[in-house]
Amino acid sequence: MKEFLIDLLHNEALVYTLMAFVPLVWVVPFALFAVWWERKISAHMQDRLGPMRTGGYHGWAQTVADILKLIQKEDIIPSAADRKLFILAPYLVFAGSYAAYAAIPFSAAYVGSGINIGLFYVISISSIVVVGLLMAGWASNNKWSMFGALRSAAQIVSYEIPVALAILAVVMVAGTFDLQEINRLQTGWFWNWFLFQKFPFLFVGSIIYFVASLAEVNRTPFDIPEAESELVAGYHTEYGGMRFALLFLSEYANMFAVSAIATTLFLGGWNSPFGEFLSGPFWGLFWFLGKGMMFIFVQMWLRWTLPRLRVDQLMYVGWKVLIPFAFAVVIGVGFWVMAVR
Amino acid sequence: MEETMTQPRQVAGFGRDLKSEEMVISMGPQHPSTHGVLRLELVVDGEVVVDVIPHIGYLHRCFEKHCEHMTNYQQVIPYADRMDYVAAMSNEFGYVVACEKLLKIKVPERVEYIRVIMAEFSRIVSHLIAIGTYGMDIGAFTPFLYCMRDRERVLDIFEQTCGARLLYNYMWIGGLSHDVPAGFTEKVKDFCRYFRSKIKELNDLLSYNKIFIKRTANVGVLPAAVALNYAVSGPVLRGSGVKWDLRKNDPYSVYDRFDFEIPVGQGLKGTVGDCWDRYMVRIHEMEQSVNIIEQAVDGLPAGDIASAIPKRIRPDAGDVYVRTETPKGELGYYIVSDGTATPFRVKVKSPCFVNLSALPAMSRGAMIADIVAILGSIDIVLGEVDR
Repeated sequence: MKEFLIDLLHNEALVYTLMAFVPLVWVVPFALFAVWWERKISAHMQDRLGPMRTGGYHGWAQTVADILKLIQKEDIIPSAADRKLFILAPYLVFAGSYAAYAAIPFSAAYVGSGINIGLFYVISISSIVVVGLLMAGWASNNKWSMFGALRSAAQIVSYEIPVALAILAVVMVAGTFDLQEINRLQTGWFWNWFLFQKFPFLFVGSIIYFVASLAEVNRTPFDIPEAESELVAGYHTEYGGMRFALLFLSEYANMFAVSAIATTLFLGGWNSPFGEFLSGPFWGLFWFLGKGMMFIFVQMWLRWTLPRLRVDQLMYVGWKVLIPFAFAVVIGVGFWVMAVR
Repeated sequence: MEETMTQPRQVAGFGRDLKSEEMVISMGPQHPSTHGVLRLELVVDGEVVVDVIPHIGYLHRCFEKHCEHMTNYQQVIPYADRMDYVAAMSNEFGYVVACEKLLKIKVPERVEYIRVIMAEFSRIVSHLIAIGTYGMDIGAFTPFLYCMRDRERVLDIFEQTCGARLLYNYMWIGGLSHDVPAGFTEKVKDFCRYFRSKIKELNDLLSYNKIFIKRTANVGVLPAAVALNYAVSGPVLRGSGVKWDLRKNDPYSVYDRFDFEIPVGQGLKGTVGDCWDRYMVRIHEMEQSVNIIEQAVDGLPAGDIASAIPKRIRPDAGDVYVRTETPKGELGYYIVSDGTATPFRVKVKSPCFVNLSALPAMSRGAMIADIVAILGSIDIVLGEVDR
């Protein structure tokens, strides 16, 4: 796609700028859709209908209307807040989650930047989000926000370790950090997916990754940083209007980012599950987004079913359950790879 | 304060050398899980709560003073509805029983049976809200809406009977405002059948959920001795393993005719008197209420519901104290009459107020998230705490 655009426009700087906006074409509609989808899913799980009026068919325009409303709202900055940090924080959070999209391989033909350490880049750049959250909590000058920010920092830092270890196991099998290459290694029928390779090690690894990624994106049962019934809204308590919308948007962008990584690492990314059936660049996009949305659905399903853990229990799960299992997976895969070689 | 408080729990990482200044943080009056306008002043050391000081009075409506200025005794009833507004029938029940005792009226059997049915329905409604909002406090949103769905069925029955869904003014001194409608028996039996399966659903979804148990078992333990010292009542007392229910221990109305159990906390998932026990007592009480309702509907005698309603209420000078078992606990009315048509004094002993006073004893050493769990397990309604 990049080469095609360079041929067309003969200007590399312009092409790269254009390419930077491509994920936005997906992220914004996705976030709008996902918010609506979550409301519908939760409603149908709870004997309700959810939004039904805005836009006609099942309230499809509800979130669009919500965003329009948020844009019109008065921009309130608390007088006791740290103005600069308060303004900067939502952008940093969004930048962190958006930048991850640069390396996500949507299809065999499209990846924003085909760097050979794509996986490494994604896990590092998404860590910037936590800086933004801490900033937001600190700058709000609100004790509840501060609690939310501190909890979220502790949580994300702890859960990055099992995530990194689970990813490491895949990297050991694949022998590369290049996300496109990892996808190509899984071509063929679905039993070629890394989920079923080196059984059961990578299967366990995928579960560890999924659970830990729930904590990274603050979803139930690990939504402790924004625990509504305890901390009101956590780090975004004091945010309103478009700044709140930006934080909300990046939350959903993050949800898809971790799902996309899970898809790429364990479910074959853009590969068709049935060999040559419906494969190709366009169908690749279809399979990739479909698998990603399946993960999103599971995240929503869990959110509307499970209660929330307490802070110390969250740390227990992270350090005493996930990390030992993740180490076992890494060691097991390591021995297997060595022995086969 | 007494020294029988629960000992602060040791939390790893909060050792003596790490200790620094404590922080005072205000939870409420506008907070999603203080169940109304309650303000808790939390003294916290990191995430660990050192002390809790409840501040009440945001919903004070001078109930007792208003009663003295009504033109007659009947006018107090709609006002009593507004105390514990999620179980209004139970509030009326206590008041009319007290007035009837003061007036020495014997009410017809049919009235007594219908009152019992309504009071038990209001117990189910109140517990459904308690359980649903408790799930929400813990972070599970869905059970709340399931509870609301079932509550709706009971409210439909109330609406068909007296036209109101929340504040009924249904029980009058000496009788009822309306007789039950045609087809009432079938409707009630239908509900009982339906509701038993829904309790099972609730258990599957919430009560035995592993995370829910982790969050509630061994949290906010209230030992029986401390519970008695604080004079708590209702599910909070029974959760601590004390078998005390006024429907059995000091029967009023026709409760002595029904066969039912008093569930108590047994510490199945943790310690006796923890949040899970208090929660589970409510689940079992709903089952027992269904039993009582079925028995009462089967034995519902014929008769006139208005035959004993006095034309003119002017009790002799004197006083009376009547206590009844509402869903929240022991609700007492102390009514003093000076021989006029207006009560001289109506004093209410509110179960929520007493139960709330035990909160600090349960919460010291817990974490902030536990405060929410403990407060939810006490099940307060601020309308009754403040009156």
